[in-house]
Amino acid sequence: MSAVVTGQIIGVGELKRLSPRFWLARQTQLALFWGPVFIASVVVALIVNVKTADVLPVVVALIACTAWLVERGRYRSWGYAERDDDLIVTRGLLFRHVSVVPYGRMQFIDVTAGPIDRAFGLATVQLHTAAAATDARIPGLIRVDADALRDRLALVGEAKATGL
Amino acid sequence: MSQMTPAAPLEVGQTWRRLHPLSPIVRFGRVLIGVIVVAVPSIAEQPAFHRHDDGLPISVIIYAGLLLLGGLGGFISWLVTRWRIAEGNLQIETGFIRRQSVRIPLARIQAVDVISPLSGRFLGLAEVRVVSAGRGAEHGRLAYLTAAQAPVVRARLLALAHGLEVGTPEPPSLPLLHVQNGLLLPALLMRSQVLAPILIAIAAVAAIAAAPLVGAGALGSAVTVLVISGLGVARAFNEDFDFAISEAGDGVRLDRGLLQRRHETIPYGRIQAVRVVEPFFWRVFGWARLDVDVARQSVSREADRDAQQVARTLIPVATREQALWLLARVMPDAHPNPPPDAGPPPRARLKAPLSFHFLAAWFGQRYMYARTGRVQKSTIIVPLLKVQSVRLKSGPLQRALHVATVDVDTAGRRWQASARCRDEAEALEMVRHVSERARLSRRVPPPRPATPAPVPAAG
Repeated sequence: MSAVVTGQIIGVGELKRLSPRFWLARQTQLALFWGPVFIASVVVALIVNVKTADVLPVVVALIACTAWLVERGRYRSWGYAERDDDLIVTRGLLFRHVSVVPYGRMQFIDVTAGPIDRAFGLATVQLHTAAAATDARIPGLIRVDADALRDRLALVGEAKATGL
Repeated sequence: MSQMTPAAPLEVGQTWRRLHPLSPIVRFGRVLIGVIVVAVPSIAEQPAFHRHDDGLPISVIIYAGLLLLGGLGGFISWLVTRWRIAEGNLQIETGFIRRQSVRIPLARIQAVDVISPLSGRFLGLAEVRVVSAGRGAEHGRLAYLTAAQAPVVRARLLALAHGLEVGTPEPPSLPLLHVQNGLLLPALLMRSQVLAPILIAIAAVAAIAAAPLVGAGALGSAVTVLVISGLGVARAFNEDFDFAISEAGDGVRLDRGLLQRRHETIPYGRIQAVRVVEPFFWRVFGWARLDVDVARQSVSREADRDAQQVARTLIPVATREQALWLLARVMPDAHPNPPPDAGPPPRARLKAPLSFHFLAAWFGQRYMYARTGRVQKSTIIVPLLKVQSVRLKSGPLQRALHVATVDVDTAGRRWQASARCRDEAEALEMVRHVSERARLSRRVPPPRPATPAPVPAAG
């Protein structure tokens, strides 16, 4: 079931997607990990005098490509929508998740940014409710958008707050 | 600390109070018994050459020193612990080296329990335990107060938590149900944890004739399991002995326990979910159990774990009619019988082959219902008013079968209503409708019934 169908049935139409910069950041992250691993495998293949060692760089490259495809699928699966009373977040490639969190239930909002995120000017917004299982998280928002979203959520959250 | 009559109001304000001076003895009573159990045999077996010049064995001196040290520690911990109810908080200060000051906002109190352990009952002491909600919220324990004082403190905390006058007495309670101990014991023994190993043991004895080695092995493990589940039954019997549930204006009151008596309160508004459990063999007799889930913080410390383990049982065993009647008291208009179309599509059998026959999920105007279980049938009922978030998830196998699971989360710690393996489109519809109805029910708080209907006769 595609994200578009999900959006239609939930009744929000088009979901907002993540910024392409997030995909760049993820690719950088992949490159930072798989680049050195690939180089190491080439070096090993050259040093070790075994016939089968030549296969090693190929295998590593294949795994890296798979990781790239999975990451791309994950990136495309993210989507969110701000409705009048709740926030909807969809995510996941293999395990699809759709979360609906009412604004009135929010207890606090986190905005976090790791080193790579910061280099690309990105941030993650995470919502917390009194339920431990709630997992509404929107990564890869442009810093300014993330702050604006946080302020908007905090505002509506305060207006609609309900007790336990 | 002066003895107080139950009617005497506690001053609220700046007065700090100490716990009862005998508290350390009750608190560390178990440790004391443990030390004695270890110490006495080791002293008795002491060889003569270890004796000190004056004739006293060294170990006696060591143990006496340890006891003295422990007693001193207990005394100091009592000396530095004080509490009061002021400024809308229950304030507890404790700790000698690492000073700790706990503030529990009265408005966030979820429940107040009075617990009398066996040793405390001999000394006329009881503990007041406050369960509060929220992340980082502290667990308040006043251990120990006098048995007369504890109910007064509880009434005070509850009155303040509901925003009533300070001196409001605890509202009179109306007895609802009482569980006969003669019913509790067979019901506990009738659970499959006990019966299954017995059946295996019987089968093993029969098998010994045919294949002695296999039979003996199976018998051994069955007996081990039986001993473990027997301990579980004994614990449950000890906890739910003489179980009585009554209703006050603000919530239900539970009284139970054989060695350790507990008097618990569960305010109506704090119930996050109710579960109707019907174990396999109970269904033959038409018995059921009710559990409730209240909001609570994560469990980290020993005392909290203890509180967590003791399930919030609303009724340990009752006829199905009584259980449903009680359910209607705490959740008006809840009907835990599924409509005909509540089951998942037949292809879900591939994903959940063992629990498929019980899987069902449906929702009404005010409640979400989810039934699960393989052998034991369990129905979770969540008021839509309490919904924190709604989540849909679908794994690879589920996606291949075009089914999805819908989880409805509450602030409760133990269960969420989980509608497993629904048809994909239906699951999305469910997410939409449940979140919409949750939104509506937050706007209009539900009414409470005024007077209870008569208890259905035990059948």
